[in-house]
Amino acid sequence: MPRFSLSPDPFDTAPLREALDDARAGAFAGFEGRVRNHNDGRAVDGLHYEAYAALAEAEGERVVAEALERFDILDARCVHRTGDLAIGEIAVWVGVAAAHRDAAFAACRYIIDEVKARVPIWKRERYAEGGEDWQHP
Amino acid sequence: MARVTVLYFASLRDAAGVAGETVDSAATDLRALYDALRARHGFALPVDRLRVAVDGAFARWDDALADGSEVAFIPPVSGG
Repeated sequence: MPRFSLSPDPFDTAPLREALDDARAGAFAGFEGRVRNHNDGRAVDGLHYEAYAALAEAEGERVVAEALERFDILDARCVHRTGDLAIGEIAVWVGVAAAHRDAAFAACRYIIDEVKARVPIWKRERYAEGGEDWQHP
Repeated sequence: MARVTVLYFASLRDAAGVAGETVDSAATDLRALYDALRARHGFALPVDRLRVAVDGAFARWDDALADGSEVAFIPPVSGG
């Protein structure tokens, strides 16, 4: 069972959280990245995410595995959307179960930061005033 | 001369007009291959802003071209 996956469709987060249920877990930390209606002062109508799927899945899996090595956590999952997203939709979801909250928060932060920095996924913004742009920070 | 399949993503795909192509190249390494394709397609991004992958794994720009391999040029990522 992969700990990192890409989803071409909107997904329900409840089963993802339940998959991390563990009697040893005193803490669950979650992060949802959502599509907001503005960026850099421009009104945004929606996003499109494209992934190099084979490498994104492998690199995302490495990120979660690193979190499991570095932090005292029980398990973790991350799902990233691809395709067209509307304002308010979940673009990325991270969940971490741990005995204690410090490790849960730290691992959750590590996973989202590394996914944003390393996993080959690209965002194209669609602007309210017209036009679209790939984001290559 | 090596024949490789090249994959383009995001703004590179838009600039090339294709998601991938087969290329016969005498480039000595992956950096030279990108520079040649950048000149052909007018890619805005210089090589030092990109990463490169071969057959689904990250590679180095000074790696030689392997005949029959799949080379992916990876512009700066923006997931999350």
